[in-house]
Amino acid sequence: MKTPKITQERIIEYLNQEKRFDGRGKDEFRDIQVELNVSKKAEGSARVKMGKTEVIVGVKMGVSEPYPDSPNKGNLMTTAELLPLSSSRIELGRPGFDSIELGRVIDRGLRESGFIDFEKLCIKEGEKVWTIFVDIYSINDDGNLLDAAGIGAIIALKNAKLPKYDEKEEKILYEEKTDKGLPLLDKIPFSLTVHKIGNNFIVDPTREEEDISEARVTIGSYDNFIASMQKGEVGEISVEDFNKALDLAEESKNKVFKKIEKYLK
Amino acid sequence: MPKEFKRTDGRKIDETRPIKAKVGIIPNADGSAMFSTGDTIAIAAVYGPKKMHPQHQQNPEKGTLRCTYNMNSFSVSDRIRPGPSRRSIEISKITEWALEPVLMLDKYQNKVIDVHINIIQADAGTRCAGINAASMALAHAGIPMKNLISSISIGKLDKQLVVDVNKDEEDWEEGEGATDIPISMTGDEKLTHIQLDGKISKEQLKEAVELARKSCKEIYEIQKKALKESVENKK
Amino acid sequence: MNRKIVVPGEIIASGEDFLPGEGTEKKQKDIIALKYGLAEENKNLVKVIPLSGVYNPRRGNVVIGKVENVTFNGWVLDINASETGFLSLMEVPRYVNKDNLEEVMDIGDMAVVKIWNINKRGIDLSLKSRGLGKIEKGIIIKVNSNKVPRIIGKEGSMIKIIKEETNCNITVGQNGFIWINGEKIEDELLAKKAILFITEKSFIDGLTDEVKKWFKENKNA
Repeated sequence: MKTPKITQERIIEYLNQEKRFDGRGKDEFRDIQVELNVSKKAEGSARVKMGKTEVIVGVKMGVSEPYPDSPNKGNLMTTAELLPLSSSRIELGRPGFDSIELGRVIDRGLRESGFIDFEKLCIKEGEKVWTIFVDIYSINDDGNLLDAAGIGAIIALKNAKLPKYDEKEEKILYEEKTDKGLPLLDKIPFSLTVHKIGNNFIVDPTREEEDISEARVTIGSYDNFIASMQKGEVGEISVEDFNKALDLAEESKNKVFKKIEKYLK
Repeated sequence: MPKEFKRTDGRKIDETRPIKAKVGIIPNADGSAMFSTGDTIAIAAVYGPKKMHPQHQQNPEKGTLRCTYNMNSFSVSDRIRPGPSRRSIEISKITEWALEPVLMLDKYQNKVIDVHINIIQADAGTRCAGINAASMALAHAGIPMKNLISSISIGKLDKQLVVDVNKDEEDWEEGEGATDIPISMTGDEKLTHIQLDGKISKEQLKEAVELARKSCKEIYEIQKKALKESVENKK
Repeated sequence: MNRKIVVPGEIIASGEDFLPGEGTEKKQKDIIALKYGLAEENKNLVKVIPLSGVYNPRRGNVVIGKVENVTFNGWVLDINASETGFLSLMEVPRYVNKDNLEEVMDIGDMAVVKIWNINKRGIDLSLKSRGLGKIEKGIIIKVNSNKVPRIIGKEGSMIKIIKEETNCNITVGQNGFIWINGEKIEDELLAKKAILFITEKSFIDGLTDEVKKWFKENKNA
């Protein structure tokens, strides 16, 4: 059931007093729990829990021909599935817009930051390159699947190991993992979404709060640069508010980073 | 005296892999559970009973059990493209047939009970793990049931029967190869599901079912314990 | 017989004298559980109290619902059951203009209603009683409907403690929706926390004392 109107009013009233129902500040994330190697069959995988929200992200490697316009570069493909088991609101059937948008937003954040050195994923120019598959699954939706997925993706990528590639047989030997990680740059890209509720901006909304989010901006940043951005929902944001959102995102990012640093070594 | 058959992981022929079971793992669901045996991990969530949508699928005579079985792309070595496959659709149906006999659906006209199964890591026996998780999740959701359902995969490797086949054994190539027999039973030992892939004599099949009966009893006790513990832990 | 957690198919008690109550069936001499829950025996009647599961609507229940749809002659409410309920404009204690239903209650509004009839066609709701009506402000929380008896307590003893400690008006719907209305949001949130605490500890004995202790520890946090 969507958050009832009267609760919505209370949430906004409280936000106007700089407070949230669970006692968090506007720039605070819920407690984050991370578990690595959720699936042994993945080249890398992570489970991320933010409060009651839970996602699992897996990295699989494949080998294929490169795209004709980038013969010496590997590829990245990011998919997200909002599983019906994670919420009563998700219908059976083909992936809805939400799944597709989630995948694309995370993909953009990873791609635009230059995090992945695609040239190092080349096995034989024009013939064989590695493709990185990042697959995101929602397990329980209590708001902000977007950022949970983003965190899961960078952790899974950072902890992934390349499997052996038998060039003669042209086969990937998945059972034999090497010690080699993926060709990633040191600076981690971070995807963070800021939500507008009334005149307030918050991060990491619970489902209750996300129901009344009028507009959201997902900012993919990298070092001190912003590499990607996506605004969602139908609300409008004034330019001043937009600037406030950017500042909030930066402050919040630093706090969250500290929580997940150890998984990104 | 015949040599004791050596399994790849050193188990006895009637030994299951180490099993873990837990309920209440998905807060949004009406009922949920995790069931793992060895490296095969399944989770299940139940939503319902609720009004059936789409409307044209409503059954005015009794409720509908609707199961979906889905393997994560990274649950296996060779990535599975996300989305339903023929295999997952078949297993979804098999799962419905395995579970429905213990549900009393005539009280739920026009309603649906949705069971969603997800395989997080696969090392053979996934449909059985899914059925075990689903059975616990249904009970956890307070759905009236005559009994729990327990499921196990019996294998015949060449001529030897073994319990709880793992992936290496599923790919057995020596002699007569591998015959895979997933079986599900109620807590009072009634069969609700059996499939077979391979080659087996009638006598050995009877033996296989007998082995399944024993193992399903063990699994039933584990499922029961998981359901009881989810409450005890809160004391 | 001690109260114990049972699973479907489990034999709760065995003997000629025992009678099968709710959530059980009798097979020969055995009383068998048909649900996951707490088995209880009282004067030979054995029943299973569910710990979980979707709300099962009963005639006479006072519930809290959310308006999902406004039709030409009433409102359709989500009452957290497997069916929606219908509130006819004839069941409102004052005159309602047929063209102005939305002005009385619109989609998204919540109300305390009573289930006055359940039949094959559906669940009929009414506002024609004291204590019923549209909810104007406060917060709504959702708990599993099976926990409601514990939240209310014997003759309302538990809910009374929460109301006094938090200075809030609290209406507990039998369907698990609870309306909390206080002067300060902090009070409402404290009541919410207390209620969630009770749902987590609902199985223990001496819950009343635990709750009093909880308030001492949490009230001025």
